[in-house]
Amino acid sequence: MKHFLTILSHEVRMLLVSPSTYIAAVGFLSVMGFMFTGILEAYSKAPQDLSPASAFFEIYYFPVIFMVPLLTMKCLAEERRLGTIETLLTTPVTTTEVVLGKYAAAYLLYLLFWGSTAGFFYILKRFAGDAHLIDPGPILGGYLFVSVSGLLFIAIGVFASSLSRNQAVAGMLSVTMLVALIFGGQYLANASWLDREALSPIKDAVHYAQIQQHYQDFTRGVVDMRELLFYVSGSVLALIFSILSVETKLLHS
Amino acid sequence: MPPIPPQPAIEVSHLVKSYAGVTAVNDISFSVPRGEILGFLGPNGAGKSTTMRILTGYLPATSGQVSICGFPVASEIDAVKKCIGYMPENNPLPDEMRVSEYLYFRGRLKEVPRGKLGSRIDEVLELCDLKRVRHKIIGKLSKGFRQRVGIAESVLAEPPVIIMDEPTIGLDPHQILIVRDLIASLRGRMTVLISSHILPEIEMTCDRVLIINQGRIVAQGTPAELRREVLGQSAYEIEASGHIGSLPFMLGSIDLGLSIASEGPLDEEGFRTIKLKTLNPDDMGEAILRAFMFEGLRVRALSRAHPTLEDVFLAATRRSWDAVVEDPKPTPRP
Repeated sequence: MKHFLTILSHEVRMLLVSPSTYIAAVGFLSVMGFMFTGILEAYSKAPQDLSPASAFFEIYYFPVIFMVPLLTMKCLAEERRLGTIETLLTTPVTTTEVVLGKYAAAYLLYLLFWGSTAGFFYILKRFAGDAHLIDPGPILGGYLFVSVSGLLFIAIGVFASSLSRNQAVAGMLSVTMLVALIFGGQYLANASWLDREALSPIKDAVHYAQIQQHYQDFTRGVVDMRELLFYVSGSVLALIFSILSVETKLLHS
Repeated sequence: MPPIPPQPAIEVSHLVKSYAGVTAVNDISFSVPRGEILGFLGPNGAGKSTTMRILTGYLPATSGQVSICGFPVASEIDAVKKCIGYMPENNPLPDEMRVSEYLYFRGRLKEVPRGKLGSRIDEVLELCDLKRVRHKIIGKLSKGFRQRVGIAESVLAEPPVIIMDEPTIGLDPHQILIVRDLIASLRGRMTVLISSHILPEIEMTCDRVLIINQGRIVAQGTPAELRREVLGQSAYEIEASGHIGSLPFMLGSIDLGLSIASEGPLDEEGFRTIKLKTLNPDDMGEAILRAFMFEGLRVRALSRAHPTLEDVFLAATRRSWDAVVEDPKPTPRP
């Protein structure tokens, strides 16, 4: 693991010098800013049940579905397309270090993007002067949820990138997998054909993988170990698959 | 024959690599002593790149043993990776980095100590004549510079073994000269394995040449040995005027195998080109001239034709194709 930090710092540096990162950041912040303004306008018209923070984090899936593929689709697909994976893997570096380094870099950037939305709350606090709008519980819970679920989402993006040498294909794959993961659970939970007795283990598993439900728990301040474990084990699994996928692709190259 | 050091830098025995029914490398064995420059020749698809990739541990072999500096590639891959500097075919480089940044990153990956890395980068930049472009972005460099960045990168960590897949492809003659000098400057210090199909290139830089075709070694040795072994004859060209008469008999008395291979048409001045061939490698120019004089022929020019590596290569690869055609078992072609 001694090369992990070398690769991580190199990847972060590459992301920070690339113009596309800044374009993505500006796009992300403007879309999130508009949504935040929209939420505040709704509050100024009529009192709402939820705090603005809960309403804001409720649309977490929107940036996830668009940002995660953009951040991760390049990482392994581009290396394979250019052939630089060959020079990379013939140095004393293991595939695990390469995949983990790239994963960690994308995750750090993902956190940075979300972290910058903290400015919205600061502006609200500074200019609204209304204490009840700023409820620290949902804000902290929201950021905690975003950072924990980000582990899994970024890992899925990295896995999609390891499957194809074409960035566009990798991007589409990760959008599909993320949509299936975020909304598929809800759909399956409502599906009546799973109600049969024989399928009850599947029903339990589906119940366990409800990302929307996890989000609500986190913003309410309920941090369940099982939910944390779901994200951590899911991301470990996705990363193991990415490493295996890179290595098998070498065997057949 | 010079004494072979106890442990060759590269040792390959009975290496076989097959992809889904196609045998790319078929039972290759060779070894390279330390400090030698070995040229790897072969037509496209002969298995050069595959062999090199197996040597670096990037691809697994189907069967056979490969060891680099005494470490078997299959089991001690980490030790092997520290012993090699590898430049793949087409020299892939990240386009958005600066030259010095790239070398720094690669140096860190290759475990060059941080304190030594700065001075080592300066050294390789100097060696490869890259000082002017050290702060340029790699994607904006010309092909020649990119190629030299690849070479600089492969010698960066001073590995004992350097493997370069077609290092001079796409370079202009001046840059080829620089690269050739660069490779020659490594002689004795590092073992270098280069592949190419530019034959004069290999002939000038390499101590030994290995010709492979269709996954098999068809000839190996120094360029001079190969000429003798593969062509097995020397040729003379004489421009002479006059009647040949009993010349063939005279030639036979110089050397039994010496005979007239062909006669060219007469030119305006009455001279024609006569080609002689023999299996004897000794120089017989003087004896031939004397025989011509004795016959009363007027001689304008005499030259001994030096077969180039190109002839050797063509002869060797043709020979191997013939061998394959005669082979009763159908061998799948790569």
